[in-house]
Amino acid sequence: MSLRSPLGRVLGLGSAKGGSGHWYAQRVTAVALVVLGCWFFASLAMLGAGATHDSVTHWLRSPFSAVMAVLLVAVAAYHAQLGLQVVFEDYVSDKGTRLVVLVALKFALVVAALIGMLAVLRIAFGAQA
Amino acid sequence: MAQPERPLSPFMQYRWQYTNTLSILHRITGILLSLCFFVLVYWLAAAAAGPERYSSALQTLGSPLVKLALGGGLFSFCYHLLNGIRHLFWDAGYGFELPIARKTGWAATIGAIVLTIVLWSVLRATLGGAA
Repeated sequence: MSLRSPLGRVLGLGSAKGGSGHWYAQRVTAVALVVLGCWFFASLAMLGAGATHDSVTHWLRSPFSAVMAVLLVAVAAYHAQLGLQVVFEDYVSDKGTRLVVLVALKFALVVAALIGMLAVLRIAFGAQA
Repeated sequence: MAQPERPLSPFMQYRWQYTNTLSILHRITGILLSLCFFVLVYWLAAAAAGPERYSSALQTLGSPLVKLALGGGLFSFCYHLLNGIRHLFWDAGYGFELPIARKTGWAATIGAIVLTIVLWSVLRATLGGAA
């Protein structure tokens, strides 16, 4: 018989010691990406022929576009991290290798996300390259 | 010696069928989209780095092999988007009945192909060199 409260049991279930937060975050980011992804491709389609440097920077200088683009980069990175984590957990059985792979995955996506967000902000703030 | 009849694990006895194909495709397209994320970052970084870097990046993205890969990425987006919506309905508890699951599965697959073709033709005009 366990003396743990139902809440405590729910919060600490399973060999992974967690997971409901992961599951939930993956769904929330998925819903956000439905909107952000559709916005991105609609914007690309409206950029005009050639998607020139001028048209892209003009597009990202609008505050709305800049916010959406930063959100897209951040949320996509988070969603990718959550998804790839599950894939690696399924196929990499060695615990040490798995840990290294999962940490490397997080590092790679955080670095890429920061580069992407900085790029959008540089354009949005009108820095001369 | 005769092998005793032992229950097989579900993974051993499942017949290959179209529902699990779609499920695997969701994972594969998700992996491809993660790679596309790095392309997106590359494109944004190139745009922030100025017109020259941007045009050379567009040239790289417009090379035939990369173009083909981007086409695959576009399909991945369309499929992962539509099938992802299917997954969200399942998570909310709807659409599990086999006839409905089959219908929505076909809708996601065919919808993804149609959406890919539409987006590809639109983006071809927009991106010129890159798509």
